[in-house]
Amino acid sequence: MTAYFLCLVMFCIGLYCILRKRNIIKIIIGLGIIDYSVSLFFVLIGYRLHGRSPILAGNQTIVNMVDPLPQAMVLTTIVLGLAVTMVTVSIAVRIYGKYGTFDITKIKRLKG
Amino acid sequence: MNSLFLLVLLPLAFACIITLVGKRLKNFPEAVTIAVTLFLSCTSLYLLKMLDAAGSVIVYKVGGWLPPLGICLVADGLSVFMLLVVNTVALPVAIYAWSYMKIYTAKSKFYALFLLLLGGLNGVIVSGDLFNLYVFIELTSITAYILVAFGINAEDLEASFKYAIMGAVASLFILLGIAFLYGYTSTLMMADISFVLSARPNTVLVGFVSVLFLTGFGLKAAVVPFHSWLADAHSSAPSPVSAMLSGIVIKTIGIYALTRVFFNVLGAQQNILFVLMVLGTASMVIGAFLAITQNDIKRMLAYSSVSQVGYIVFALGVGTPLAILGGIFHLLNHAFFKSLLFLNAGAIERAVGTRELNKMGGLNSRLPVTGLTSLVGAMGISGVPPFGGFWSKLIIIIAAVASGHLVFALIAALVSIITLAYYLKFQTLAFFGVARKKQPEIKEVSFTMKSSMVALAIVCIVSGVLLTPRCSHFLNQATHVVAAGMGYRDAVLRAVK
Repeated sequence: MTAYFLCLVMFCIGLYCILRKRNIIKIIIGLGIIDYSVSLFFVLIGYRLHGRSPILAGNQTIVNMVDPLPQAMVLTTIVLGLAVTMVTVSIAVRIYGKYGTFDITKIKRLKG
Repeated sequence: MNSLFLLVLLPLAFACIITLVGKRLKNFPEAVTIAVTLFLSCTSLYLLKMLDAAGSVIVYKVGGWLPPLGICLVADGLSVFMLLVVNTVALPVAIYAWSYMKIYTAKSKFYALFLLLLGGLNGVIVSGDLFNLYVFIELTSITAYILVAFGINAEDLEASFKYAIMGAVASLFILLGIAFLYGYTSTLMMADISFVLSARPNTVLVGFVSVLFLTGFGLKAAVVPFHSWLADAHSSAPSPVSAMLSGIVIKTIGIYALTRVFFNVLGAQQNILFVLMVLGTASMVIGAFLAITQNDIKRMLAYSSVSQVGYIVFALGVGTPLAILGGIFHLLNHAFFKSLLFLNAGAIERAVGTRELNKMGGLNSRLPVTGLTSLVGAMGISGVPPFGGFWSKLIIIIAAVASGHLVFALIAALVSIITLAYYLKFQTLAFFGVARKKQPEIKEVSFTMKSSMVALAIVCIVSGVLLTPRCSHFLNQATHVVAAGMGYRDAVLRAVK
């Protein structure tokens, strides 16, 4: 239960980071934090206390195994998160080149 | 090979090939993109035929694994409808891009991204399980972020960053919703989730997951409290990309996914439908009022998208079969005339060199084809009788009255008048009247751009035909999937066995 609660705290930290920070690099880091908290939550769903790996061997019965599917999905999620981070960071670099600042309040040429 | 699988695989494969060899071969990326989009449109038509033969649903098991263990691709009436809309809009856009994208460097990268976007959209539509839906939504969104920033002007980058952050947060909300559903049902296949939920109902979980999905898909579809990114992103992108984004991307990863999840998986509860109705009405009104004040053509069109998407969401929220028919038909109409109008805006920008309405005037004499097609698009979207847009709005309003939502119906009718007002403003300022200054250098755009605009305009004119009894089967089977709700589960589970 504590793990789930900490997961929620992490999600909120990430959301706070995106909503309140002015530096766009910090916003990207906030996005990463949310990404990790959701991944962690996904892994926790599949976890069983004192569980074992779900590998079938000849002469044993498996009573308490960890669900492998969330782990496979989290791998995909991590890769997608990497892609998003790469795109946003490369845009941030270009933004710095054009505007000369990372401050989100000074990057506002679009209006209306 | 199975045609459903090809719909996803082909664009992704050719995107890779273009990335590898596109730089060395002249005109190769353009030709391949047009060929692929043409093939995909034909495949969607073929699927429409196949669907009649197969009954109500086609299921393809990837790798031969039996669902729910394996992954399956599903095409039912709604999917085939969406596939046809997406691929037939993509074809003229690809032809238009041939000459429009000539001034950009790194053209081959544009076409690779375009095909990735198309592959992602087709993937979203045919995927039969929630996690694949999420992966394809992410694929579509990431390519969309890059395409918005393709021009790398300061404004493009700013819009793309805004879009990327909001889109990524939306995706994570969707993923969180999927995690909760998986934790409860231990399955990811949509039909199976629906089956488990009907056997073990859990209103608290479904309510919470609904809120997460509504936030996620609402952000993707730019429904009103989440609409702030749309005008920046859609107006800053190159015009073919704007046409794709406004015409089909927000509908596929926003509205289609929302419809599929809410109506076919979670079951349409009355309170969710009411929320959709209120959000839809808010989008209609706020989008229209924001659009009427704009001076930039593309920003006006983008806010108009918010308003028109509001109509579709509102129709889904009313929830009677007639309203859903109206919503689905409006989705089709809006896809065609909004992509046409964005292509017109691109042509104007290319010919005149500005997007600001008060610097134009009298363009009809210089740009006859662009002027005429944009008149068709504007009349269609503002609901002038012979065009498809009139019939879809009429059906939505009649359905709202029939189900007793008189106030909402009145608002929808009034917003339609405001829509007419700002499209008249667009037409008057840009095309009619006298030229502001002597501009002898303005020339009509190239043949490929003209031909794709004319093709889309013809579709806008004749789309009302789809309501006649001979052709209405196409719309009816899509409506049936949404209106039947849980019928999706039974059909898919029967087809799998």
